[in-house]
Amino acid sequence: MKIPTFMGYRRENGRVGVRNHVVILPLDDLSNAACEAVANNIKGTMAIPHPYGRLQFGEDLELFFRTLIGTGANPNIASVVVIGIEPEWTNRIVDGVAETEKPVKGFYIERSGDLNTIAQASRQAKEYVQRASELQRTECSMDELYVSVKCGESDTTSGLASNPTVGNVIDKLVEMEATVSFGETSEITGAEQACKERAATAEVGEEFIRVWKAYDEVIKQHKTDDLSGSQPTKGNIRGGLTTIEEKAFGNLQKIGKKSRYLGVLKPAEAPVGKGLWFMDTSSAAAEAVTLWAASGAVVHLFPTGQGNIIGNPILPVIKLSANPLTCQTMSEHIDLDVSAILRGEMTLEEAGDKLIEYIIRTCNGRLTAGEALGHREFVLTKLYISA
Amino acid sequence: MIQFLVHDRADTVGVATVDIKSGDTVKGMIMDTQDLLEVIALKDIPLSHKIALKDMKVGDTVIKYGHDIGKAVADIRAGEHVHIQNLKTKRW
Repeated sequence: MKIPTFMGYRRENGRVGVRNHVVILPLDDLSNAACEAVANNIKGTMAIPHPYGRLQFGEDLELFFRTLIGTGANPNIASVVVIGIEPEWTNRIVDGVAETEKPVKGFYIERSGDLNTIAQASRQAKEYVQRASELQRTECSMDELYVSVKCGESDTTSGLASNPTVGNVIDKLVEMEATVSFGETSEITGAEQACKERAATAEVGEEFIRVWKAYDEVIKQHKTDDLSGSQPTKGNIRGGLTTIEEKAFGNLQKIGKKSRYLGVLKPAEAPVGKGLWFMDTSSAAAEAVTLWAASGAVVHLFPTGQGNIIGNPILPVIKLSANPLTCQTMSEHIDLDVSAILRGEMTLEEAGDKLIEYIIRTCNGRLTAGEALGHREFVLTKLYISA
Repeated sequence: MIQFLVHDRADTVGVATVDIKSGDTVKGMIMDTQDLLEVIALKDIPLSHKIALKDMKVGDTVIKYGHDIGKAVADIRAGEHVHIQNLKTKRW
């Protein structure tokens, strides 16, 4: 089989990105204002504000650092300015990102103040963005690509057409030896045995069940009727989905018919090889996509029924829908309309080929609908209350 | 032109691919076998909502994708709209 190529950015560590961002990354909530000021001073840079980074501990803190370091390390980013309230934790992010060998520098607000920090960090950001603007795209192969998939505001058209389209593409990408990841732990409830059976080995299947059960225990502990109408969401229900089991079987259509997942990743953990991987994530779109971006994914496929409009600061999110009403009333959000499948005018194979073509165009630099509309949802997953 | 699709031949519900009006005789296709079937709609069924393909009693398991997607919490007649008023998860 001939593996398609695209024009991407090959980073210092050999990883391939499809965007060339210079980001101003806050360690903590307190440093958001300085980061936003730097991004305002230096055109072409982007601040990624978030609400955490203080008094976290244990596994919650590990996940926090894995997410922030992973975000900075993502191949869609050329270089990073990190600003934090104090040096020690700021440098933990700087050192983590520096392992990729990309340019990264930290600045600290204590004993300096916002204004001096902003001035120093702005000078560094200016150098970084000018350097990044000279980097050239080079020919890269699809087997160097890491793609994540997650659906949102699903309805029954997702299970009929847009999710199976993504499934068709996953089978093709795995055959091309690309890296792919899916997740949404709670949303596999009802189809967990079917998901277990798609593991590459019995051990991996057992590990999936262990992770699924761990979150199911959390749900049982806090359970309310239909999880307070949150799963399925009100949008899912408006679109005709009734139960979590129905939603789960629709969701699983995204992993195709042939591919088997090779391992179970922790949230924001990078896959250690090519092929399909399960990641333990929330089913909430922005939280989950933020985790995949932090694990190194450079393109995300997002099928939607009723029209979830999510984007991410660093990870282009390609949206497809098979719901003709959504494609008509929310056309500015939809990158690929596959509603012809429902009319019997397009096969899944044809839809899959169109989506592959759209992935290549996105990798070559075409902005997704979410990027053009400025959707930059960056939402950290929090495991428990800060100390 | 069909008005609904069925994932699996074992399914007891189909999915409307157009807005279906009460009283319409509607044609559907079973996706894995390409077989056609007909049902008389007893309710309006909006695009992307489910239509019952057979009569079901309270407590019966509703099948879609060839799998259990919950239980009937009201008696359902073939041609009725299947949704939150008559179908409930067995999980949460």
